[in-house]
Amino acid sequence: MALQSQQPAPGAPSVASAVPRPKANKVSALLHRSPRLRLAGLITAPAGWLVLVYIAALAALLITAFWTVDTFTGKVSTAWTTDNLVTVVTDPVYQRITLRTLWIAFAVTVIDLILALPMAFFIAKVASARWQKLLVVAVLMPLWASYLVKAYAWRNVLADGGLLEWLGAPLGLQSPGYSETAVILTLSYIWLPFMILPIYAGFDRVPDSLLEASSDLGAKPLATVRLVVFPLLVPSIIAGTIFTFSLSLGDYITAQIVGGTTQMLGTVVYANVGAANNLPFAAAVSLVPIAIITLYLFIVRRTGALNSL
Amino acid sequence: MASRNRATLVVGLAAAAALALAGCGTSGGGSASPSAQATKTEIGPGEGQLSILGWPGYVEDGSNDPAVDWVHPFEQETQCKVSFKPFGTSDEAVTLMRTGQYDVVSASGDASLRLIAGQDVQPVNMSLLKNYPDVYPFLKDKAWNTVNGTNYGMPHGWGANLLMYSTDKVTPAPTSWSAVFDDAAKNTGKVTAYDSPIYIADAAVYLMAHKPELGIKNPYALDKDQLAASVNLLKEQRKHIGEYWSDVVKEVQAFASGSTVVGTTWQVGANIAAADGAKVATLLPTEGATGWSDTWMIGSKTKNPNCAYKWLDYIASPKANAAVAEYFGESPANPKACELTKDKAHCETYHSGDEAYAKQIWYWTTPVAACLDGRKDVKCTDYSEWTKAWTEIKG
Repeated sequence: MALQSQQPAPGAPSVASAVPRPKANKVSALLHRSPRLRLAGLITAPAGWLVLVYIAALAALLITAFWTVDTFTGKVSTAWTTDNLVTVVTDPVYQRITLRTLWIAFAVTVIDLILALPMAFFIAKVASARWQKLLVVAVLMPLWASYLVKAYAWRNVLADGGLLEWLGAPLGLQSPGYSETAVILTLSYIWLPFMILPIYAGFDRVPDSLLEASSDLGAKPLATVRLVVFPLLVPSIIAGTIFTFSLSLGDYITAQIVGGTTQMLGTVVYANVGAANNLPFAAAVSLVPIAIITLYLFIVRRTGALNSL
Repeated sequence: MASRNRATLVVGLAAAAALALAGCGTSGGGSASPSAQATKTEIGPGEGQLSILGWPGYVEDGSNDPAVDWVHPFEQETQCKVSFKPFGTSDEAVTLMRTGQYDVVSASGDASLRLIAGQDVQPVNMSLLKNYPDVYPFLKDKAWNTVNGTNYGMPHGWGANLLMYSTDKVTPAPTSWSAVFDDAAKNTGKVTAYDSPIYIADAAVYLMAHKPELGIKNPYALDKDQLAASVNLLKEQRKHIGEYWSDVVKEVQAFASGSTVVGTTWQVGANIAAADGAKVATLLPTEGATGWSDTWMIGSKTKNPNCAYKWLDYIASPKANAAVAEYFGESPANPKACELTKDKAHCETYHSGDEAYAKQIWYWTTPVAACLDGRKDVKCTDYSEWTKAWTEIKG
């Protein structure tokens, strides 16, 4: 290549150059010669990490789900059985819990979407540059507080004689108490920033000139939103829903703090690991949200939403 | 194409990992025959640290209430620095103990046999413990702390799971468990219950008194029909439950805010609530109650056996035993503790040494297939069935 042109022709008297050439580094020369080795050096560490942490952990979980536990001694016995999976899929209790968890995740996602769209639009397109910065900080602010602090704060808000009851009293509204509704409210609050940020980024990427062009061509504001903004925004919205949906699907802490008697998939897993000491069954239950999320990701992959994450 | 190759690679790696793991799936479960021999013959100098797994309120170092502290005196006396991890249910205790990270554990009767069977705790040479001879005789060599004549720990104390109610919201004052079962509708949405499968026994105790035709003789020995009756009762109760509790602090908070007005509790919960100014009272209902009789046990993998023995001896010493019993609201194991309680009537209140009273309490025991009440003609439901039933009750 380029280096070879500097080699003197064989037999020609060598001209001592004024600048001594640095000695070639053996390692870099070797890497230069073999692209496969170069690739291996670059990719081994991250790939190893992925295999170890993700794939091996998931495989271990999958395997454990096929074992059972001696309930008296609490030791896992490694005889193969599909009882756990059959129970999770066929037992009406777990079907109910799965549907309830799906409903909670869905409701949280819809509520966050309804709240996030106008907020993100205002921050990205209406607010002045200075306000824009302040508002983004304000949206991020709740993330600085610990998840537990926020959940316990809601426990107080929802309590008898708490803030919600006090606010609702003039309107004749009651606090939902510790219930499924309370879980939906609390989770919607906790995950809201995760919905606002991608949608805000999406709005930010829609150039103002596009909106102007659209109105120059005679589109009314609503038509502009429907035909120009929304199609550009879909990937960002899906990115946001992935966050809120998957985080709600796996939640167990909020359900314990404000859920009252509400059981979700997460709390069942937690109860089986921590209390009932039945790791295989917990593994079988935890495969349900994994399956749902995997399915969801496959569906949204076609929209290109994952590229804007 | 590249992406297909990558997918193949990922699948291949996953398959390889799965195969490697499949190699794990050959060994059998642990054998359940504990080695019954206490090996320790003398207590040497302390190792300098001790990790304790216990019920909340059993290991107080003054951080919850500066006046309540029996950990620091122990540390000064033995130079064993204590680290403490509380647990909310016996199941949690068994799970945590299996990690082998803890030197000693306060095990209730529904945990102790599981720990012994799982070889998570070791036999204890009681002759090394100076305070053991003083302990009430009716707490010694019991089914929950002794197996085949081998002792597995130091009795700590015992008490009942009580009924707590808000005095200003529940009138007239309840006298029976019906306040949380048949009459739960009066306080619908504000009833609480203990979040563990063992709570099924509380329903069984209630049915013993109110439905004698079911023939329940022992709330921990339920055949299929008796379990079904208890489960149905709890499913009825479920409609009126505001919250299940396993964290006593959270329960107390719910009572303080008025979200909960009646339900099962431990005396320690009532004590904390009263200290916070909540208007609550507790009682032992007419049907009797479930309860606990706890044993301090030593982990089989402990690296600090000397400190562990010192702790077992210390916690049964009159002064420490009095402090724990009074703070938690239970009867001490050591009668000499009765002279050292701040409230001189403490032992009378808790019927310490009153063997007849102690017999009315159904101490937590792990339900097993071989009926505990001696019936040979039926198979009883074991703890795994109770666990499944509990999930079903909560729905």
